[in-house]
Amino acid sequence: MIKKLLAVVLALMVSGPVMAQNGPLRLTITDGVIEPLPFALPSFQPELAGSEQVAADISRVVAEDLIGTGLFRQIPPSAFISQHSVFGQPVAFADWRAVNAQALITGAVTVSGSQLVVKFRLYDIFTGVEMGDGLQLVGSTDGWRRMAHKVADTIYSRITGEGGYFDSRVVFVSETGPKDNRVKRLAIMDYDGANLQFLTEGNSLVLAPRFSPLGDRVLYTSFESGVPRINLLDVATVGRRQIETQAGEMAFSPRFSRDGQRVIYSLATGANTDIWMTDLGTNVHTRLTNAPSIETAPSLSPDGSQIVFESDRSGTPQLYIMSASGGEPRRISFGEGRYGTPVWSPRGDLVAFTKQNAGRFHIGVMRTDGSEERLLTASFLDEAPTWAPNGRVIMFFRETQGADGAPSLYSVDISGRNLRQVITPTFASDPSWGPLQP
Amino acid sequence: MHTLTKAALLLLALSTAACTRPDRFGGAGADGTGMGGANGINSSSLDASDPTSPAYFAQTIGDRVLFAVDQSNLSPEAMATLSGQAQWMLNNPQYLAVIEGHADEQGTRDYNLALGARRANAVREYLISQGVPSNRLQTVSYGKERPLAICSDETCYSQNRRAVTVVSVGQLG
Repeated sequence: MIKKLLAVVLALMVSGPVMAQNGPLRLTITDGVIEPLPFALPSFQPELAGSEQVAADISRVVAEDLIGTGLFRQIPPSAFISQHSVFGQPVAFADWRAVNAQALITGAVTVSGSQLVVKFRLYDIFTGVEMGDGLQLVGSTDGWRRMAHKVADTIYSRITGEGGYFDSRVVFVSETGPKDNRVKRLAIMDYDGANLQFLTEGNSLVLAPRFSPLGDRVLYTSFESGVPRINLLDVATVGRRQIETQAGEMAFSPRFSRDGQRVIYSLATGANTDIWMTDLGTNVHTRLTNAPSIETAPSLSPDGSQIVFESDRSGTPQLYIMSASGGEPRRISFGEGRYGTPVWSPRGDLVAFTKQNAGRFHIGVMRTDGSEERLLTASFLDEAPTWAPNGRVIMFFRETQGADGAPSLYSVDISGRNLRQVITPTFASDPSWGPLQP
Repeated sequence: MHTLTKAALLLLALSTAACTRPDRFGGAGADGTGMGGANGINSSSLDASDPTSPAYFAQTIGDRVLFAVDQSNLSPEAMATLSGQAQWMLNNPQYLAVIEGHADEQGTRDYNLALGARRANAVREYLISQGVPSNRLQTVSYGKERPLAICSDETCYSQNRRAVTVVSVGQLG
């Protein structure tokens, strides 16, 4: 029941007007109101003395994950009639119905030494049945946030039918200092801003990190040698090296292939910038575009067969798609303004981009044939979209105007709803959203 | 660079020279530039009054040229400045130059890096056309990463759409 309801809501949010023409759901769309689904989450029960704090923390993070999607709303515990004080006890569905809960999330937490065990069950209050089997997660205590994210991902998936995205990380550029003397460092954090860790020292300029498909490595542009070159960093060891590219004055704008074995990037030679691919195993370099115009910001389709990129061959920067082996590209952006930083969605159906028009910047999405362009944001400067692992949410950076202007990270649903700042301790730009962790 | 600005800089350079001149022959590095000593010889090659110094190049010759929005073609003023740069490079063969291309903040990071490369290359090509050996010239683009002026309107943007020729004695990377 819940699943069906929310799946409908999600479908509507994503497809917008097209879905609207298809059936009886039109009213919901024209109303334009998405009522978040109310859930009850009695604090997870500590099953062993000493587990109280972790139990409370995990309960809080699970709720924050769900609320943060904009699709759920938490019923305050003060409204509860039942307390559900023993994990696994029969659920008093009438009591939860009475407080308008549609989902009930119950859990238990045991900390013994460095080991953490989290159990949870999810109930559909309207139909009075448990949704899916109860689940038990075992891990180490210091990984409690990941355990909470895993619980929330499972709940989100069961209710929406979509993949989760909470147990994921973001690599980005941390910025400090004044606008004309910014210090930029690579940093990595959980998707919600927790567990931040710096990856570089800040003594040379770094730009636009990109996760590998498995999230174990990061490509980024570094000025360490004086000119832009592409570095490869191992996340676990923080070891890094410059990769060999085709010879040219500057190499930048790198991304991994889906198998993580190749890198597509921009190479500037003289006045010209084209797209190249380098095989990390063999160091064989392949030219993918050959035009006097600027070709940059390449991004592969999920099946690896095509590349979307940015080119100013028409006179202004626009989006194009070509075969992954190169060849004649076809233009897909035809709206007013300039388009850049295209990123193929993990589902393959959409391209996210930065659009600049009439003095404003937007993050938008369009279908891969260029149709159904939708702008999700607008500000003085919004740039560099990156997809959540499930293709439902986009993170980007927003830079404020003027001498004190500075960038921060934001996320937005691909419906354009639920715009939220991702809190970071410093200014932040160029996010790259990694995969769901195993 | 506008002729007026250039003239103003020249005046500034001359007046600076006039002010600092006594120090050059004064005691123990009174101007703080170091190396001088009791014998009164001051290593002041950074001083803009020395026509072979990088400071003179930057301030009197003019080390930067400006570009229109999205453009990398050189204006007549830019060509005049660059002709001066080329002449200076030919007169001072010990110097190498790194040409930095820059963009304003209206544009994406990736595109601005490529645009900065275009601008730096336009300067490089012009200097080569004026006889400067290509092996003394290197380019780098900073895109929108190194703004000179930090406001968010055209008065600042016009200063940031630039290519700067940075001369030094030494090796190119």
